[in-house]
Amino acid sequence: MTELAGVHTPYTVPVVMMDVLQITVLVLVAAGATAVVLVRRPVRQVVVLSVYGVLLAVLFLVFQAPDVTLSALTIGAVALPIVLLLTLAKVRKPEE
Amino acid sequence: MTQAQRRWIFLVAGTGLAAFYLWGLSGLPGFGNYPGPYGPAILQVAVAQTHATGVVSAVNFLYRGFDTVGEEFILFTAASGVSVVLRHLRGERDRSAVDEAADRDVPPTSSAVRMVALVFAGPAIVVGWWLASHAQTNPSGGFQGGVVLASGFVLVYLAGEFLVFERFSPVDLLDVVEGVGAGGFAATGLTAVFLSMPFLANWLDLGQYPGAVSSSGTIALISFFVGLEVAAAFILIVGELLEQTLLIRQGES
Amino acid sequence: MAVFPFVVVAWILGIGLYGIVTSRHLVHQIVCLTVVQSSTYVLLLGVGYVTGAVAPYYYDVPDHTPAVDPVVQALALTDVVVEAAVTALLLSFAVQAHKRFGTLDPHELASMKG
Repeated sequence: MTELAGVHTPYTVPVVMMDVLQITVLVLVAAGATAVVLVRRPVRQVVVLSVYGVLLAVLFLVFQAPDVTLSALTIGAVALPIVLLLTLAKVRKPEE
Repeated sequence: MTQAQRRWIFLVAGTGLAAFYLWGLSGLPGFGNYPGPYGPAILQVAVAQTHATGVVSAVNFLYRGFDTVGEEFILFTAASGVSVVLRHLRGERDRSAVDEAADRDVPPTSSAVRMVALVFAGPAIVVGWWLASHAQTNPSGGFQGGVVLASGFVLVYLAGEFLVFERFSPVDLLDVVEGVGAGGFAATGLTAVFLSMPFLANWLDLGQYPGAVSSSGTIALISFFVGLEVAAAFILIVGELLEQTLLIRQGES
Repeated sequence: MAVFPFVVVAWILGIGLYGIVTSRHLVHQIVCLTVVQSSTYVLLLGVGYVTGAVAPYYYDVPDHTPAVDPVVQALALTDVVVEAAVTALLLSFAVQAHKRFGTLDPHELASMKG
């Protein structure tokens, strides 16, 4: 049951369940950010950044913001990795 | 300054920053107890005033439209900046796009990648267009729709070759589309001024039914222009970087 | 639960700054800058959250259902897209720096002469 009077939609879940979900995803996002920073090789970091983008999108969804979820998903999983990989292809040494 | 010294200085400064931040945190009302008057006030009046069921887009393009004009022009400037910074420098030559064997060991694109990219290129463009034109009803809007549109065109590059991508998205046409998008947004706002209303006020008919596609006046129009502009900006950026990677080589080497 | 999201924001900010300070590759630094930017999105959405409320879309729920704050969502939404374009601009600077100096190590790039 929700404490706020009047919030009885077909999609409402108990507040405790929402809390548990939010805490889990927040911990995953913190771990993801740590992983993005601690991976030193740029090409591998791009893949981890992609995963971090999807985790962020899930966090925004759990915070009841579907618009921001769409933005984060398209940017973090498509646009940003493309731009990063093209830059890395340009600066790669020709001997490698 | 060695790496270890750098780390120690950062630890000291970081601890100070964290202490200040936690001191500030103690004054917040806590997660979930949002007290502010602005949010609930907008939620009360938004649907009735604009006939748009997507309140976030109404805030973005009407109540805080001036902010969005600024952000869109940041995007415009960034795309122009990429074009300027990645221009041909002295001493660089263009090698022809079909000569691939010179100094790159490029494996041919696998058939699986080509097929998947081909299958998804069309739907991506349709979905992007749908997102950009439905800002007032669902969680969609010009910004997300524009990025999905741009990724549809990048899938064309993945499915074929760079030349096909160039033919589908010539730089001149993209510049014009981007200009139309950014200028259209500003023109919609200025039209309100000419009709003696404040800048970016809603001067179109609001429609009968809240949440229909043809409702909410200028919000739908502005979202469409923003979608055009964001798509063109991202295709330009990706195109510039692709050209740098594939075509431009040092003159002397 | 009342302060946990903000502690996570502080952690992401701190670890991103650590990555920028101790990085040896310009593109790695730019990705750590993206991480720092993402902490601000989480902060914005965390400030506007109302317990037990729905998303601010009245397409299928009745009008005047309590919803979370739409203003911070609008800010975060435009933020995400625009900062990706600014990151692309930074990467184009990195490309030109590599062409000019042959290296992407910030320690070596710092000693420009004349």
